[in-house]
Amino acid sequence: MKRHDEVTGQASNHATDPRAHFDDRSGRLAKESKAAADRPDPEVHGAAVTLDDVSITFGDHVAVRNVTLQMPARQVTALVGPSGCGKTSVLRAINRLHDHTGGAVRGSVRLGNLDVYGPDVQPEVLRSRIGMVFQRPNPFPTMSIFDNVISGLRFNGVRNKRLLREMGIAALHNAALWDIVKDRLNQPALRLSGGQQQRLCIARALAIEPEVLLMDEPCSALDPVATAKIEDLIRHLSGEVTIALVTHNMFQAARVSDNVAVFLLGDDRVGELVEVGPTDRVFDTPDDARTKAYVTGHVG
Amino acid sequence: MRTLPTVQVALDGAMPDMGLAEVARRRLVVRDSARRSIRRRRMAGRAMQVICLIAVPIGVAPLVALVLATVSKGAGAVNIGFLLHAPTPSGVPGGGISTAIAGSGEIVAYAIALAVPMGLFIALFLFERPGGIASTIRFSADVMSGVPSIIIGIFAYAVYVERFHHFSNVAAGFALGVLMLPIMVRANEEAMRTVSVDLWEAGVSLGARRSRVARSVVLRGALPGVVTGNLLAVARGVGETAPLLFTVASPTFAMTLLIFNDATQPFSDAQQTAWGTALVLLALVLILSVTARMVAWTLNRKTR
Repeated sequence: MKRHDEVTGQASNHATDPRAHFDDRSGRLAKESKAAADRPDPEVHGAAVTLDDVSITFGDHVAVRNVTLQMPARQVTALVGPSGCGKTSVLRAINRLHDHTGGAVRGSVRLGNLDVYGPDVQPEVLRSRIGMVFQRPNPFPTMSIFDNVISGLRFNGVRNKRLLREMGIAALHNAALWDIVKDRLNQPALRLSGGQQQRLCIARALAIEPEVLLMDEPCSALDPVATAKIEDLIRHLSGEVTIALVTHNMFQAARVSDNVAVFLLGDDRVGELVEVGPTDRVFDTPDDARTKAYVTGHVG
Repeated sequence: MRTLPTVQVALDGAMPDMGLAEVARRRLVVRDSARRSIRRRRMAGRAMQVICLIAVPIGVAPLVALVLATVSKGAGAVNIGFLLHAPTPSGVPGGGISTAIAGSGEIVAYAIALAVPMGLFIALFLFERPGGIASTIRFSADVMSGVPSIIIGIFAYAVYVERFHHFSNVAAGFALGVLMLPIMVRANEEAMRTVSVDLWEAGVSLGARRSRVARSVVLRGALPGVVTGNLLAVARGVGETAPLLFTVASPTFAMTLLIFNDATQPFSDAQQTAWGTALVLLALVLILSVTARMVAWTLNRKTR
């Protein structure tokens, strides 16, 4: 219940001052890191994602192999690399989306201390802790703007109307969309522009208060202005949720990420992780020659 | 017309090395060909337009003729009394077709009650569980929709009328339901396939159970197509005669049977009744079809 109160408080703050949330956020963050020390509960404070020797295969085809990677809690980790090197496959392994597409995941994926592929894990419950944003904006066309935002809450059985309303409004604020849509919450979602639709999808993912946000090239279908807005958003959200961002764009990775993981195609055309580390370090002084060639634009 | 000279494409399919002069020469060949053939292409285009213009009236003529004939022969018979009164024996004036309308309505209601939910669940199964069983069901549905309706009538007779020793509208509804089911299954599945995988994944990634995604995303997104497909299947079923021949107790209990029965009698008032019933039936089917389109249109418009 305490968590609900927090959200309620947050929502009412937003209602009075739409601009307050970023300042408010940093205030909360300070408080939270102190609280996190007393009571390190990843369910509330965002969890790290750990991949240990993960390989993903589709039938006979190995998409990516032997990935060992730590995504620190409440930081942005960018997954970069050329097409077909398994970045998206890795991302989809985190919320077990491969369960439905015939991909086999070997190795260990952990969310905080939880073994994502453990025998007692219910995929639906796991996914309610992990938000996902896809390449192309995919709001539900049959739902209104607001129903889209709260759809995840409804899917997870939240029925309380007041709570739905408050969490929906909070999510729209967090996605910096409230001012644009506040007067047309009941309009069909497809009336929004592409960039707004993508932010609506981010709001939808944030409404379930995820600990981790997976973003699969969220700007690839957007123009530069919309892209800049999404990047702003990623930076603002990073103190609150753990973000895994797949991108083709080196500059985007440099702009928004704290850590970067570079994937490349091996000699046998299987994707592999060649380097991972703090973004500044990887871009300035890469350890691996292949990384250097890639990030400086000589390959891929 | 000059033809493009063959280029020495290496057998391994490698791109031949072309100099700038060769590129320029090829450009000329293409432009030249475009200019020379423009008259011929324009004429061919016109000829096709003319053929299309002729084809349209030929295609529409039977429909117009059919509607006109039914209206002109049936309009005289149709009035309020015709719709509200029970049939009378030939020679007795003042008869109507109320029992046939009510009977047809009842039969179609049974058919809908059977086929619509079954059609939805089977289509959901095909969508959610692709594989050998689904392929078999899909194939069966395709075969089923090609089975002559008279055979479905005999089938309903064998499994219902013979077993329970009486004709009934339930048996007729069963026969019509069996007839409509495969059409509905395929229409529903087709409609569900138009819902993009992106939306399905969005639902799943939010923590929804598969059944919830099927209901709130897939089925909801497919609704316009589902409603249209089902209404069109119903419109098709309303007009069926053969399945009812073996199952309905009296020709006065269904419109199509009444038409068949009265039209084959030598009495002019009976034949008049048959035309009138035909007109009512035609109007009903037309209303169903138009409703189907309108529902689909309205549902689609709401999303934009």
